[in-house]
Amino acid sequence: MKAIRNAFWASTALCAATAVSATELEVTHWWTSGGEAAAVAEIAKAFDATGHTWVDGAIAGSGNTARPIMISRITGGDPMAATQFNHGRQAEELVEAGLMRDLTDIAKAQGWTEVVNPPSLLDSCTVDGKIYCAPINIHSWQWLWLSDKAYTEAGLEVPTNWDEFVAAAPALVEAGKVPLAMGQQGWQQKGAFDVLMIALLPNDIYLKVNRDKDAEVAAGPEVAKIFEAISIARDLSKDSNVQDWNQATNMVITGQAGGQIMGDWAQGEFAVAGLTAGEDYHCLPGLGSKEILTTGGDAFYFPVLKDEEESAAQAELAALMLEPAVQVAFNLKKGSLPVRGDVDLEAANDCMNKGLKILSGGDSLPDINQLISSDTRTQLEDLLVEFFADTSITPQEAQERFADIIADAD
Amino acid sequence: MAASRPNQLFRNMAAKIAAIPMIVTALVVFVGGTLWTVAYSFTKSRLLPKWDLVGLDQYERLWGTRRWLVSIENLFIYGVCMLVLSLVIGFILAALLDQKIRYESAFRTILLYPFALSFIVTGLVWQWILNPEFGVQNIVRSLGFESFTFDPLYNAKIAIYGILIAGLWQGSGLIMVLMLAGLRGIDQEIWKASRVDGIPAWKTYVFIIIPMMRPVFVTTLVIIASGIVKVYDLVVAQTSGGPGIATEMPAKYVYDYMFGGQNLGQGFAASTMMLLAVAVVIIPWAMLEFGGRKRGT
Repeated sequence: MKAIRNAFWASTALCAATAVSATELEVTHWWTSGGEAAAVAEIAKAFDATGHTWVDGAIAGSGNTARPIMISRITGGDPMAATQFNHGRQAEELVEAGLMRDLTDIAKAQGWTEVVNPPSLLDSCTVDGKIYCAPINIHSWQWLWLSDKAYTEAGLEVPTNWDEFVAAAPALVEAGKVPLAMGQQGWQQKGAFDVLMIALLPNDIYLKVNRDKDAEVAAGPEVAKIFEAISIARDLSKDSNVQDWNQATNMVITGQAGGQIMGDWAQGEFAVAGLTAGEDYHCLPGLGSKEILTTGGDAFYFPVLKDEEESAAQAELAALMLEPAVQVAFNLKKGSLPVRGDVDLEAANDCMNKGLKILSGGDSLPDINQLISSDTRTQLEDLLVEFFADTSITPQEAQERFADIIADAD
Repeated sequence: MAASRPNQLFRNMAAKIAAIPMIVTALVVFVGGTLWTVAYSFTKSRLLPKWDLVGLDQYERLWGTRRWLVSIENLFIYGVCMLVLSLVIGFILAALLDQKIRYESAFRTILLYPFALSFIVTGLVWQWILNPEFGVQNIVRSLGFESFTFDPLYNAKIAIYGILIAGLWQGSGLIMVLMLAGLRGIDQEIWKASRVDGIPAWKTYVFIIIPMMRPVFVTTLVIIASGIVKVYDLVVAQTSGGPGIATEMPAKYVYDYMFGGQNLGQGFAASTMMLLAVAVVIIPWAMLEFGGRKRGT
């Protein structure tokens, strides 16, 4: 009994002692799949090494589940110390309302403006000349992941672009495979739609529709081609009954499905499964039709805190996230690209090198989240999730509704 | 007697003081919150509430949105079926248990158990049961009926009934217990009298017992109805509104647009419509129930 009591006292004393010297920071994010969790553990490890404590606030589900929880905590007066958002307009109003901490000093001291590449990443963090977030990685959506196993078993060559992929689909179906793996969630289907638009049309169409909100272009003949393409994608993925994106990626990994249109975060799943790029799976940036990537990604925002110690620790965390060593460790696990142009990804695999080459060539477009508001995004996701589930909706009908949403968008 | 009239306000002072916190809560939180929400539904508030009036724009957009219309239709189907079926099933189960059977408490416990589970758990369990690859369809097929098809959650036309099954499974036990309590409240003399008169049991139930159980039915109705309007977690867990938008519900629309879409104005407009729908049902009923006659005879 006495021993137990002593142990109890000792452990309490220990907790008290650590609480004095280090500060606990709660960090919320929605990185919960295998590859993502491994990546976020790298930042946590680096932060713990500074003597502070990283309290992991992972929220399961996709960003669509997590963001409302984060926002209501911030607006409700119970902010976490740092939180993930995607680059762009998701946290726009929180910044305008003065709920987010101004990071300009830290950014100046660390020289973020010189090292962050492409500069558009920092631009999306900037409101009225002040920097409010720390970009941590670059994610691009424009990837088609292909399973060598599925194509070999069906006796086919692995396709090298979207048209070949579509042409190879009937043979895959005959071999009992699903040509296109697609999670039945709006954001994934909307993502695939945007990817097709960028890969199959000239860049200015994507910008006219999403940036300028040009409803005439959205209703026009070029966008009609994309609705034809997405209805083909609907047919190819009709036997894909999974929900989450990583379940769909798993279909590609195990060879049940031929391919998946998904952002480069899917790479983390291939890495966790022990597959080698170029041998077990192939990746086609820009669907193989056009060498271009969008530069969205994740950034950390730091809500304004009252506690001074916590604020000081926040500053340390913000600076740490852009340190070269952390950038390399994190991005290798995550499968994303580093935000610094000056770090060396020696261990980068085949697919990441393809992405780095495209970025260094300067062929990039702003991510969809940098262009449209969350409200418009939700409406478009509703449209696409309905379109994918209900084959009685014709591409023409869907395009009319698409143009209406774009006309009302802000 | 007349002299004591002015003191009416001060009678039972202690009880009235004790009730003040609850009265304030009700006024500020419920009534105040409701009025605030309705007022802000006429603004174009995005992530944060802003007093920027736009008239009926939010409502026009709401009623022009297919997902909202589908949600309303789903709530209607789910509501009517849930109300009728859970009353019928609950009453039949209660009547069967009331036959002085053996192990009654064991049956009662088994039937009430689903109610102890949250809607999230219920939703997940039924998602698996109705999954064609693991659930009922697979079991029946492995028994030799190769062409048997039962996959309500993957068929947009009937997916809402998949939700209904789960809702009934979870809720019927509670209704049964309420009904059973009502049946136990019936005087045994009535049964004896009807038996003496040679009235068949089902006739006794329909024409004598059920009319006598009116207060129990009213309570049950309110409980079921409030459960229907707020149905949200069951859908989120079981189908998250899918396939497509086939099982969307109004409460989910409110949540998704308020927080996911960062459009408070749209969410407020939708929740105001939900309030209106509830009021349309509740007010006439309340007037019938409380308005017509004086209290306490």
